[in-house]
Amino acid sequence: MSSVTLRLDIVSAEKAIFSGEAEMVFITGELGELGIAPGHAPLLTSIKPGNVRATLPNHHEEIFYVSGGMLEVQPFIVTVLADTIVRAADIDEAAAEAAKERAEKMLSEKTSEIDIARATAELAEAVAQIRAVKQLKKKIK
Amino acid sequence: MAVVKEIRTKIHSIKSTQKITRAMEMVAASKMRKAQDRMHRAVPYAKKILDVISRLAKSHTEYQHPFLETREIKRVGFIIVTSDRGLCGGLNTNLLKRTIREIKEWKEKGAEISLCLVGTKAESFFKRMGGNVLGHISHLGDAPTVDVLVGVVKVMLDAYLHQRIDALFLCSNEFINTMRQEPRVQQVLPLVPSEEEKVQHYWDYLYEPDNAKVLLDKLLRRYIESQVYRGVIENIACEQAARMLAMKNATDNAAEFIESLELVYHKVRQSAITRELSEIVAGASVV
Repeated sequence: MSSVTLRLDIVSAEKAIFSGEAEMVFITGELGELGIAPGHAPLLTSIKPGNVRATLPNHHEEIFYVSGGMLEVQPFIVTVLADTIVRAADIDEAAAEAAKERAEKMLSEKTSEIDIARATAELAEAVAQIRAVKQLKKKIK
Repeated sequence: MAVVKEIRTKIHSIKSTQKITRAMEMVAASKMRKAQDRMHRAVPYAKKILDVISRLAKSHTEYQHPFLETREIKRVGFIIVTSDRGLCGGLNTNLLKRTIREIKEWKEKGAEISLCLVGTKAESFFKRMGGNVLGHISHLGDAPTVDVLVGVVKVMLDAYLHQRIDALFLCSNEFINTMRQEPRVQQVLPLVPSEEEKVQHYWDYLYEPDNAKVLLDKLLRRYIESQVYRGVIENIACEQAARMLAMKNATDNAAEFIESLELVYHKVRQSAITRELSEIVAGASVV
C-alpha cells in the first residue's frame, strides 16, 4: 500500500469533527459519489446529506455522517465544511419567515408546501443515517 | 427582646440569599467554561470557510457577489445580541448604550435603521424604544446551534440583497477575559476581504455543479451565519462571566452585611443582659 496520505478535516460551525491523515476519502457530492485519493485535482462542490467514509493509514475505516455542506479538495488537503442540520432553500425560507413573524408578534401558520419540503429533507436524512448505521454494523460483524 | 429577634430573622434571610448567590456564582463559572470551549471550537470552521472564500473571490475577480461589493450606505441594519436573563451586571446595558450611540451616529448621517434582535433583553428594550424590527429570536438557551439562527440571519441577508439595507453590523459583547467584557460593533456586510495580495501561481477549482457563483453564495451565507453564531456564543460566555462577577460581589456584600448585623445583634443582646442584671441588683438592694 502506498504511504501517500492526504489531510482530512471535517469541521462544522459548532465543532471540529475529524482532523487527521487519510489514504482515501469517499463522499457523496451534489452530482454523485466521489472517491478522493491523494493528488486529486482542486475541486469545490456542495455535498448531499450522507456519509463521509475515510480510509485511514492504519487501514481502519471511519464513517461520519454529515447533513450536507461544502467540500473543498486540494491535492493533499480535503476539507469538509459540514452542516449539522439539513438545509434546503424552503426550510431556510421558513426559518426566516418565522423570525419575521416573531418580530411581528403574530402566530405563524405554516403552509403545507413548506411542511412537505421539510418532510422530504428529513426523510433523506433518516435514510442516510440508516445507511450509516448499516455500514457500521457490517464492519463490526 | 423583639429587636433581638428581628435582627436574627434578618441575618437568617440574608444568609439564605447569600446561599443562592453563591450557588449562582458557581453555576455561572462552570457554564462560562463550557461557553468558552464552544467559542474555541467554532474557530476552525470560520477560518477554513474564509480561506476558501478568499481563494474563490481571487480567482473570480470579474464576478462581484453582492455581499462583497460596497455601495453607498443609506440604510443600515443591526443584529443586536443580548442575553435572555438579567442578573449579569451592566452587560446588556453597556451593549445597548453602545448600540444606541452607533445608531444615533448613522441617523445623523441620514441613514435609515433596521434591527434584528436576539435575546429577550433587546426585545424588551426596543419594545420601549421603538424601531423597525425585521427579525427576532429569544430563549436560545446555553448551547444554541447554528440552525436556530438561520432564520434571523436570512431575514437580514434578504434585506441586504433587496437593497433594504446597505450595510449590516453585529452588536455583541466581546470576551476579553473573565473580568472584562466589552461591547463590540462589527461590520458583517459588505464583507471586507482581507487585503493580503500574495502573488501565488494561478489555479482554480473544478466546480460541481459547474457554477462558482452558486457555491460562492452558499459559502458566504454559511460564513455570515458562523459569524453571527460566534457572536451569540461569545455573548453567552460574556453573560456567564458577568453573572459570575456580579454574584461574587453580591455574596461578598451579603457577608459584609451579615457581619455588621451580627455586631449589632451582640450589642443589643449584651445591653439587654446588662439591663436585666442591673434590674435584679436594684431589686435586691431594695429588699
